[in-house]
Amino acid sequence: MDFDWSVVVEAMPTLLGGARLTIIITLIGLAGGMTLGVAAGVMRAYGGPVLNAIALVYIEIIRGTPMLVQVMFIYFALPMLANIRVDPLSAAITAIMINAGAYIAEIVRGALLSVHKGLSEAGLALGLPNWKVLFYIVGPLAFRRMIPPLGNQFIISLKDTSLFIVIGVGELTRQGQDIMSTTFRAVEVWSAVAILYLIMTGMLTVVLRITEKRMRIL
Amino acid sequence: MSMVEFKSVTKAFGALTVLRDVDLTIDAGEVVVLIGPSGSGKSTLLRCINALETINGGDLIVDGVSVKEGRSRVRMIRQEAGMVFQQFNLFPQMTALENVAFGARQVRKLAKKEAHALAQDLLAKVGLADRGHHYPSELSGGQQQRVAIARALAVKPKLMLFDEPTSALDPELRHEVLRVMQQLAEEGMTMVVVTHEMSFARKVGTRLIFMENGKISVDGNPAHLLDHPENPRLRDFLQHVH
Repeated sequence: MDFDWSVVVEAMPTLLGGARLTIIITLIGLAGGMTLGVAAGVMRAYGGPVLNAIALVYIEIIRGTPMLVQVMFIYFALPMLANIRVDPLSAAITAIMINAGAYIAEIVRGALLSVHKGLSEAGLALGLPNWKVLFYIVGPLAFRRMIPPLGNQFIISLKDTSLFIVIGVGELTRQGQDIMSTTFRAVEVWSAVAILYLIMTGMLTVVLRITEKRMRIL
Repeated sequence: MSMVEFKSVTKAFGALTVLRDVDLTIDAGEVVVLIGPSGSGKSTLLRCINALETINGGDLIVDGVSVKEGRSRVRMIRQEAGMVFQQFNLFPQMTALENVAFGARQVRKLAKKEAHALAQDLLAKVGLADRGHHYPSELSGGQQQRVAIARALAVKPKLMLFDEPTSALDPELRHEVLRVMQQLAEEGMTMVVVTHEMSFARKVGTRLIFMENGKISVDGNPAHLLDHPENPRLRDFLQHVH
């Protein structure tokens, strides 16, 4: 069997364009996912019965259904249900947001609850309001403990963007598929796609390692 | 003037009643030493004063404010009642100086410079002027507890609560913490101390309270009670502590 790597060279601009879109979806999706996740995680850890129940329902629905079904729902079912039309890219970003948010919520909750109770008591005993204890004392300590599991989630979300091939978002996997269908060079094209994913997840890992090192892990 | 006033205070954790109808008045300037067997309610009594535990019945007035008056009033009580914990509970992400300055900045709203100057003074007061830049993990237990005392003082409390401040320390480190507490008492600070240090009770305490089953069973002069414990259970308790 002979290989023709020139296919990859020719396809590279298209693949890089796909990788660029993958990165955009991941970054915006994770920024939203972090916001959602922190909110839901704090609601789970400290909220009253109502807030707790809202967060729990959100987390269980998202964790209990496949991401593929979620994105199909947003893209195909939502327009029928509520007459909301979304373009594929927005659907993709929204799917990453709500999906990552549910998993991040559990990471946040776990990290918050793992901080020794005596520390928040010490903060409260100084006469601080609850939010300051969370913001200045428990939050920073919890954040350090969140980094390793967050890294996991970030990598999973990045790779999950490949599912958006089903709604026609031109991310990396989709571009690979398109090139495949015209060149039929499976080995070369999918190797190149895999290596591009590895480079992206590798860079993410390095950034997380540096962040972890720069914070004194306690 | 009374600093702390328990009026028939009851506290229960679920089915377990820890404080039963406790009446107690502590005046400004008193150094009250609380002793008693474990589970007698002494730590809970202390933690009710700054509302780390919520009372279930009766009323508790601290410096003119009831612990039942709501969140913002409870914060005022906590600002007037500094607390020192058995496990120190220093903020591990902050240096000793930052730990002490934190309350001054966040609670008393001092500017960073003033807060750090105050923190440095307080560290000097507890004998740790040269340890300000160290993190808690780099300090011995005795040093950590002294930083914790300075941290509580930085909020300028009128009253200090000590919850077994030397119980987690090796014997040779206890005296450095007790010395700081004695100095504080000599300066006229009102103090409530849960401890097993009978020599501290005798030397520094102005009042000794023996608790049993959620009730105050003996209340009096420390030296007198330690030398002549008339209550048989106090006598029994003291024999086991000594």
